[in-house]
Amino acid sequence: MPEYSDTQLRRMVQPDRVHKHLYTDPAIFDLEMERIFGRGWIYVGHESQVRKPGDFFATRMGTKPVLLTRHSDGRVYVIHNQCAHRGAQVVAEESGNAPEFRCCYHGWSYHTDGRIKNIPLRHAYPQRLDMSDPKLAMVQVPRVQSHRGFVFASLAATGPSLEQFLGHIATSLDDMIDRAPDGEIEIAGGVFKHRYNANWKVYLENLLDAAHPLFVHHSSIEASKVQDDTVTSDGTGEIAIRQMRQNGASYGFWESQVGIWAYPNGHAYIGDYHDDAKLVAAMNDPVFREYIAALEAKKGKAEAKRILELRRWNSNVYPNVSFMSQFQQFRVVHPLSVNSTVVYTYCFRLKGAPEQMFRNTVAFANVVNGTGSLVLTDDLETYDRLGNGLASGGTEWLEISRGAGTDLADAHDGRRGKNSTSEVYLRNMFEAWLGYMTGGESGLAAAAE
Amino acid sequence: MSLAMNVAAGASDTSFDLGELEAFLTQEAHLLDEARYEEWLSLFTADATYWVPSAVNQRDPYETVSLMYDDRRLLETRVRRLMQGVMHAQTPRSTAVRQVTNAALVERQAGGALVRSKFTMVEYRRNAQRIFAGTYLHRLVRQGGALKIASKRVNLVNCEAELEGLVVPF
Repeated sequence: MPEYSDTQLRRMVQPDRVHKHLYTDPAIFDLEMERIFGRGWIYVGHESQVRKPGDFFATRMGTKPVLLTRHSDGRVYVIHNQCAHRGAQVVAEESGNAPEFRCCYHGWSYHTDGRIKNIPLRHAYPQRLDMSDPKLAMVQVPRVQSHRGFVFASLAATGPSLEQFLGHIATSLDDMIDRAPDGEIEIAGGVFKHRYNANWKVYLENLLDAAHPLFVHHSSIEASKVQDDTVTSDGTGEIAIRQMRQNGASYGFWESQVGIWAYPNGHAYIGDYHDDAKLVAAMNDPVFREYIAALEAKKGKAEAKRILELRRWNSNVYPNVSFMSQFQQFRVVHPLSVNSTVVYTYCFRLKGAPEQMFRNTVAFANVVNGTGSLVLTDDLETYDRLGNGLASGGTEWLEISRGAGTDLADAHDGRRGKNSTSEVYLRNMFEAWLGYMTGGESGLAAAAE
Repeated sequence: MSLAMNVAAGASDTSFDLGELEAFLTQEAHLLDEARYEEWLSLFTADATYWVPSAVNQRDPYETVSLMYDDRRLLETRVRRLMQGVMHAQTPRSTAVRQVTNAALVERQAGGALVRSKFTMVEYRRNAQRIFAGTYLHRLVRQGGALKIASKRVNLVNCEAELEGLVVPF
């Protein structure tokens, strides 16, 4: 039984501050797993990870292990990775291809859409063992929908559609795809799995936080500033150092040239850089110029221009994705406990783009998402400090008010900060949080209103 | 300096004695244990690479992400960062000790040698101790009479694990 009433939950989220228990109380975490991760649309995987029938990819919805599969009917399914017999985990690999899933314990086997296939010693069971019973299965997650290859699932049988849930943030997912000259993308280049000792929410918050780089990334900004650019590089160091220096941009840059937009259901993006010379994919970069030519050849000049002028940095699809369409980075947040989180990060390959472009994407991933990166390690330390600090007996209330009162209404039921240092994305996420947490079965719909 | 020049510089000397190679690896580990990173950097050639793959049997550092992959330019920046006064991820600092064993000369190359060894590294920081283990692959060359690292690959046994941040080099 929840320890928090709706009234108590509402009291913990105020326009300018939130209570620290949102980050520290295991009872809140359990409620979040039930009411957010247990009801809402959760990103599960990309269709390129399960191309052929029998392909599977193991992941989690909240703390629940699930499989994304491609069945012989050509459709994708999300099924609980658990045997209907004694409850054992059925698939132990992270990904692969299998004609069927068979439990290691007593050999119960399942079709790749989760339906039961065979039960050894079936004659010894009473009649009630009905092979057509949908519960006698690796149970299917009730709702699975794909937005142009991005697969989301919901553990609730009813609720708003995926497109209703995504709203305008779908355009950021579209941007990832539109940037491929051939109009197709695939996950490639491996995965980082980085772990930290703090709440899952702080990761989503930091990815839209324009005011943190100058402080958090001090060490890599300073170290990169004085790097001799004539020293040998195969391209890796060049990309990494350019990004580290970019993190050292002054507040003036973040306040005058970068914006932040927030939308219903907790989604938001930061971006709209205007100074391309400072970007990793700079317009004067020969590989990027080759890419632009490929894009123009396939899509025409006008469409290529439209695509390239959408300069979004990080986009968040609340509650478990933060991605960067411009540089093909995709991060999936997996909460483990109230103060333990792991993030899996992936790269997308743009079909039809020059080969070197994907190598640049990998080099960029190493510097922004790498577990041993000169940049990310200072973020991970900051998350751990949040975990440590919030355990203290100091302040009970956490500020979310920077820029409050200056937010501007925007199209698509959105709003934007006066500039990118506004904490409008925090206020927006907590409004969605409250909608999920107090809205009952239709929490998401309530949040959207 | 190009790879060809490296090979040419050492081409006159193809004598690599396992004892000398082991002593070199031991000294390298000692410099890292003592956090003498600038001296550690000086062991590398001007076009060296330092690589910690993210996947078992990873083919290359270009098509797949790496826990660490530095060309010489980035390695210099990594070392400079490690020497910074303010570095959150190393406040407080780690202490670490490395043991290098089982060294074997895998292959003599023109002017160089590929050396395989096994290592363990115990890292302590802020009340937590982590143990790393794996295989080192050093491509060593002789330049001006001294051994230098042309490339170092670190295959961690747990490279595919969910890991907290990695800051101290292996």
